[in-house]
Amino acid sequence: MRAVKFLSATAIGLALAGAGGAANAQSDELTLCWAAWDPANALVELSRDFTAQTGIDMEFEFVPWPNFADRMLNELNSGGRLCDLLIGDSQWIGGSAENGHYVLLNDFFEQEGISMDDFLPAAVYAYSTWPKGEPNYYALPAMGDALGWTYRRDWFEREDLQAEFQAEHGRPLAAPETWTELMEVASFFQGREIDGNTVYGAYIFTERGSEGITMGATAALYAWGFQYEAEPGSYNMAGAVNGPEAVAALEFYKALYECCTAPGYTDSYMSDGLDAFRSGQVAMQMNWFAFFPGLHKDEQVGGDRIGFFVNPSQNVEASTLGGQGISVVSYSDNIEGALEYIKWFAQPEIQQRWWELGGYAVHNAVVTDPGFPASAPFAGQFLDAMSNVRDFWQEPTYAELLLSMQRRLHDYVVADVGTAQEALDELVEDWTEVFEDDGKL
Amino acid sequence: MAGPSVADRIADRAAAATPMTVVRTVRGLTDRAIAWIFVAPTIFLLLAINIFPLIWTINLSFTNYRANRLTRPAEYIGLRNYERLLTDPDIWHNMQVTAHFVLWTLFFQVVIGFALAWLINRQFKGHGFWTTIIVLPMMLSPAVVGNFWTFLYQPQIGLFNYVISFFTGVDPSSFDMIGSVALAPWSIVIVDTWMWTPFVMLICLAGLRSIPESIYEAAEIDRASPWRQFWTITVPMVLPFLMLAVLFRGIENFKMFDLVVELTSGGPGSVTELASINLKREAFEKWRTGYASAYAIILFVTVFGLANIYVKALNKVKER
Repeated sequence: MRAVKFLSATAIGLALAGAGGAANAQSDELTLCWAAWDPANALVELSRDFTAQTGIDMEFEFVPWPNFADRMLNELNSGGRLCDLLIGDSQWIGGSAENGHYVLLNDFFEQEGISMDDFLPAAVYAYSTWPKGEPNYYALPAMGDALGWTYRRDWFEREDLQAEFQAEHGRPLAAPETWTELMEVASFFQGREIDGNTVYGAYIFTERGSEGITMGATAALYAWGFQYEAEPGSYNMAGAVNGPEAVAALEFYKALYECCTAPGYTDSYMSDGLDAFRSGQVAMQMNWFAFFPGLHKDEQVGGDRIGFFVNPSQNVEASTLGGQGISVVSYSDNIEGALEYIKWFAQPEIQQRWWELGGYAVHNAVVTDPGFPASAPFAGQFLDAMSNVRDFWQEPTYAELLLSMQRRLHDYVVADVGTAQEALDELVEDWTEVFEDDGKL
Repeated sequence: MAGPSVADRIADRAAAATPMTVVRTVRGLTDRAIAWIFVAPTIFLLLAINIFPLIWTINLSFTNYRANRLTRPAEYIGLRNYERLLTDPDIWHNMQVTAHFVLWTLFFQVVIGFALAWLINRQFKGHGFWTTIIVLPMMLSPAVVGNFWTFLYQPQIGLFNYVISFFTGVDPSSFDMIGSVALAPWSIVIVDTWMWTPFVMLICLAGLRSIPESIYEAAEIDRASPWRQFWTITVPMVLPFLMLAVLFRGIENFKMFDLVVELTSGGPGSVTELASINLKREAFEKWRTGYASAYAIILFVTVFGLANIYVKALNKVKER
C-alpha cells in the first residue's frame, strides 16, 4: 500500500510539474508558421527584436511551398495547436474565417489603435477581409507580393543582340511591356548560343500539383481582362471565365510554353524558375517579387546582370497577387502573446525594418515614402504591381476551385488535350458544380 | 533427473504471486472463456482500427460531409455520390490510367522477374553478389526513387535520355519522358518495374529452388528436351509462386501513390493521375469527405472483388 501511495504521489507530482512547465512555456513562447522561403529567414531576423522587447521566445515552423497548404490546412481543420500565429495564403481567408480558424481582430485593432487605413488598400482587401471588402479583419497584411518578371540585363544590353533585335523588330531589345512583346523577346533568345551555352526564352509556371500553372496562366488571363464573374457577386461565370479574352490569353500562354521555354519544365514552380535563371538557362523568368531581393544579391546573375519588370499588360494592366496576412490561430494556447506580436509587427518602424531585411512591407509609412521606389531596383515595379493586383477566388471552397483549374489548364497547356475554349468551358462546369454544392448557386 | 526449467520456475513464481481472488475467478472460468479473454484484445483492435473505420466510411459515403466544414451539418444524400462518381468521365479516365499502369507493370515485372530468377538460379559464379545488386532498388524509399528518377529523366542533363541517345542516336533533349503525354505513362511503368521486379524475382527464385532435382533427372531419363522441361516442369511448378507475386504487386500497384506523385504529380495534365492520387486530392485537398468516401468504397470493392476472383484461381492452380 505504501508503494502504491508513493507511486501515486510521484505521478501526481510529475503531472503537476508537467502542467506547470507547459503553462510556463505557453506564456514565454510563440510558434509562428509560414512557408519556407527567403522572406521567412528575414522574419526570423526581425523577430529577434520582439523577443528582446517582450521576453517571449519565437519558434518557427516553416514548410516548403509545395506542402505548405496541405500541411497548414490540415493543422487548422484538425484544430491543431502547433501555430499561435499563421502567415497563411490570401485564398485561405474565406474558409479560415467561416470555419473559425482565425481570430477576428477588429476589437483588438480598435483597442490598440491599429488602423487598416495605414496599409495599402489592395493588401488589406486581399489579405485581411472576409467577406471581401467588408470591414471584418482576420489578418494584418504581413507580406505584400505579386507575380513579376526578371530578365538578364547583361544579355539585353549586348550591342550585337541589340542590333539584331532592332533589325528584326524595329525597336530596341528591352524589358517587354506587353505579352506580345514578351513573346517576341522570348522567341529571339530561344535556342540562342550565349557564352557557349544554349539558352532559352522564358521560364513560366507549369506546376500541376498545387497552384503553379494557375498562378502563371492567370498572369496572362488577367492582362487580357479575364473576369471570374459576369456580375460581381453573382457567381455567374459563363461568358466571363470562358469568354473570348480568356480563350485568347490561354492560347497565348500555351503558345509561349511551346515556343519559348526550356525542355523539361513541364511541372515547374518557383524554385525551378530560380534554378533556371540562376544557372543561366533563360533570358526571362516569371516569379514572385518575394524572391527578387535574393536574386539581386546573387553572385552569378545578380547586381548589374539582372533587371526586373512588372507583369506585361495586353488589354489591361494587371498582376497576379501573392503575399499573405498574419493571423492569430483561434486554437492557440497563447492568443494574448500572439496579439502582442501583431501589435509589435504593425509598428511603422518595424515595418520599415521588415522591408530593409527583405520582407515586403505594405505599410503606408514604408511604401509612400518618397525614397521607396529608389530603395531597391524592384521597389518601383512592386508598387506598380500592387496597384493592379488580381487574386484567385478566396471562397471557403477555394481548394476545389483551384484544383479544378490546375487540372483543366495543365490538360490544355502541357498535355495538349482539347482546345482553350473546351478547357475553360469545362472549368465553368466544374466551378458551377462547386458553387452549387456550396449553396451559392 | 533434471530440475525444473527456467520457464517452469517463472510460471511457479507467477502462480505464487497471483492474488487468491484472481486465482478463484480464473478457476471458475471455462477454457472457452479463457480463450476469449486472450483473443479479445486483438478483436477489439481489429474492430477499432479496421472494421469501425470501414463502417464509418460507408456511412459517410451517403452524405455530403466535409471534414473542413465542421460548422455545417452533414446531410444524407442517398446514392448521389456513387451516381456522380460512376458517371464522371474524369473518374473513368483515372481508372483507365490505373489499369494501364497496373497491367503493364505486372507484365514487365513478371517477364523480367522470372527471367532474372531463372538466370540467378543457374548458380553461376558471383550469383550471390548479383542477387544483392538486383534487389537493391526494392530497398529504397518510393519517394526517394521517384525523386531521383525525375533527375534521370531530365531532358537536358538526365542520364536516362543520354543512354537512349547513345543507343538510338536521338538527340537527348528532343524527348521528355515525364513531360510528354505519350511517354509519361511509360515513364512511371519503367520506374515501378525497375523498383519492384526484384520482388517478383525473389518469389520466383523461391519457387524455382523448391522444385526437386529428381523431377528434372527423371525428365532427362525420359529424354525430354530442355525446352519441354521448362514448359512442363518449371513453369507449372513456379506458377503458384508467380501468381502470388502478381497478387501482391497487383494490389500494391492498384493503390500506388508516392512514387508517381514524386515523379509526375499525376501530369502532364491528368495523363498519369492514378485513382489513388485523385482520391487523395478529393479527400484531403478538396475536402469532399463524403464523395471521397464513396470513391474509396468503390476502389475497395474493386480490389477486393478482383483479389477474391484471383485467389480462387490461385487455389485451383495449386490443387492441380
